[in-house]
Amino acid sequence: MTQESPTSETRRPDRAALVIAAIIAILAAVIVYSTATAHGGSATRIGPSAFPYAIAGCLFVLSIWTAFEAMRGDFPAREEQEIQPVIWVIGGLAAQMLLLHITGFSIATGLLFAATARGFGKGPLWMTIPIGIILSFIVWVIFAKGLQLSLPAGPLERLI
Amino acid sequence: MDSFTLLAHGFAVAMQPLNLLYALIGVTLGTAVGVLPGIGPALTVALLLPVTYKLDPGGSLIMFAGIYYGGMYGGSTTSILLNTPGESSSIVTALEGNKMARAGRGGPALATAAIGSFVAGLIATMALALIAPTIVKFALSFGPAEYFALMILAFMTVSAAFGDSTLRGLTALFLGLALGLVGIDLQTGQARLAFGIPDLLDGVEVTTLAVALFAIGETLSVAASHRYGEEKIEPVKGSVWMSREDWSRSWKPWLRGTFIGFPIGAMPAGGAEIGTFLSYSVEKQLAKKPEEFGHGAIEGVAGPEAANNASAAGTLVPLLTLGLPTSATAAIMLAGFQQFGLQPGPLLFANNPQIVWGLIASLLVANFMLLVLNLPLVGLWVRLLSIPRHWLYAGILVFATLGTIGANPSTFELGMLLAFGVLGYILRRFGYPIAPVVVGLILGPMAEQQLRRALAISQGDATVLVGSPIAVILLVLAVCAVVVPLIMRARGKGKVLSALAASED
Repeated sequence: MTQESPTSETRRPDRAALVIAAIIAILAAVIVYSTATAHGGSATRIGPSAFPYAIAGCLFVLSIWTAFEAMRGDFPAREEQEIQPVIWVIGGLAAQMLLLHITGFSIATGLLFAATARGFGKGPLWMTIPIGIILSFIVWVIFAKGLQLSLPAGPLERLI
Repeated sequence: MDSFTLLAHGFAVAMQPLNLLYALIGVTLGTAVGVLPGIGPALTVALLLPVTYKLDPGGSLIMFAGIYYGGMYGGSTTSILLNTPGESSSIVTALEGNKMARAGRGGPALATAAIGSFVAGLIATMALALIAPTIVKFALSFGPAEYFALMILAFMTVSAAFGDSTLRGLTALFLGLALGLVGIDLQTGQARLAFGIPDLLDGVEVTTLAVALFAIGETLSVAASHRYGEEKIEPVKGSVWMSREDWSRSWKPWLRGTFIGFPIGAMPAGGAEIGTFLSYSVEKQLAKKPEEFGHGAIEGVAGPEAANNASAAGTLVPLLTLGLPTSATAAIMLAGFQQFGLQPGPLLFANNPQIVWGLIASLLVANFMLLVLNLPLVGLWVRLLSIPRHWLYAGILVFATLGTIGANPSTFELGMLLAFGVLGYILRRFGYPIAPVVVGLILGPMAEQQLRRALAISQGDATVLVGSPIAVILLVLAVCAVVVPLIMRARGKGKVLSALAASED
């Protein structure tokens, strides 16, 4: 929060927030670079590059403002985080993404299901993976057969 | 034709057996998903969007209306029986409602929330039907400059006016605007920020972004902070029916909540929470037994719940009449319209009256269905609350990815989902609001189009943007929406604003 609090004198620069300021600045630079190197299309008075430049400009200002607040330690206090559950969930999503077209929807999504449950402390995997695959298979039948969504089929789905 | 004739035509559409079935499926799914802890209305709508992909536009939007209202009802059940700290949509309901449930009065709390939502939904939807044609008539005179000014105002109210930091609100908004640049420029056909990747030429999908930020971001943030161990469901003891005293204490808060909530939702002010907080403090002021507040006062459930639903209906006013989404939920609904090539706004009323009025009539029908579905069947919904967290979030991720795969089964799209999910986690971690990102993504390209159209008509003369009194007023309001909160925070009044924070739906 931005209002003055008694502890604001003692707060140190917030490094993570400084990193955010840098990322915002990089984002702005990417927009400027990408817009400047694009060609063609600006026959109208206000062409396709005006809006990107304006947004990039605002992002630069916001980046400086963020750095300023980071130096003053104005960002809200953050809770302690555990990194392991995050890795399980991200790993599950990555596995599903990579396997989707190889093993089909049910197996890939079953792995995502089990990995997420593992991230929330539920195991063992030899139990949660089959549960996940059976559940995903039911979902596949409902949505691919019932509602005609195009969900990738694999060996399991070709059985029916 | 006046509103009532049009509404009667709408009922003729809504009462067709197939459309009634769609509405019933919509409210049932909406309630079931909305009841799940950690899922607010915005995520409910985003998760259930794929269910409507293969229907015709009319049926799909009718189901959507049911999902929207159902999600609102479901959320209140959660906050009464489960004091969920992360759930933003009905924080105020949780204040008194959870206390009532703990005191063994969970039944009447659920009843006053459901009936209050019904009363508010009924009045607010009728008000929507009444004022929509007037606003449409007014909006038909709007040129690109007025639309641009209106969108700037919406940007500023959604991002900067409420919440605890102007900086973080604006940063979230500009992040959304930057994402909105990706893809082919609508007017010149030039690819922007696509980096030669064909998948990016179509731009960033609103539903992919919304699902990733809300579902995956929330899952990661809950998993990382171990917030899932401590929640306690309050059992519903005794009757769900309200006593005579409950009725006499509830009906005035319902009406007051409705009249507070609807105008706030209808103005481009973003978020439904402001109305609920206002209603809560009004009820506290007017209560005959103010000492009960904080210990389970029924007025503190009845008023805010009504305000919440009334402003949900109010949000539909700018969405349907102007095509202007003022909350994340409305932004996702706009994406739902766009998948059928329908652009909400004054022209939709002229060109597709049967769809618009069918939708409004369906909202009324859905409201009736929800009352029936929620009062006697509340025990069924309560059971959904007891799903263990690990299965719940595993299931949420299955359905979150299902929607994306169903819309576009590509590895690249899933990669974007994952990347935005991580972004959602980081935004939460550092206290950035989520809704401005989603609103910025969908409204940014629209604002750009209006700006360029205005300047093309004026042949590059920028003064056209302030050429009409309406545009000037809207822009002045937009500036105030940024500057006034900054001054208030500098003077140490930031607490009021962060209490009014328009959060995630």
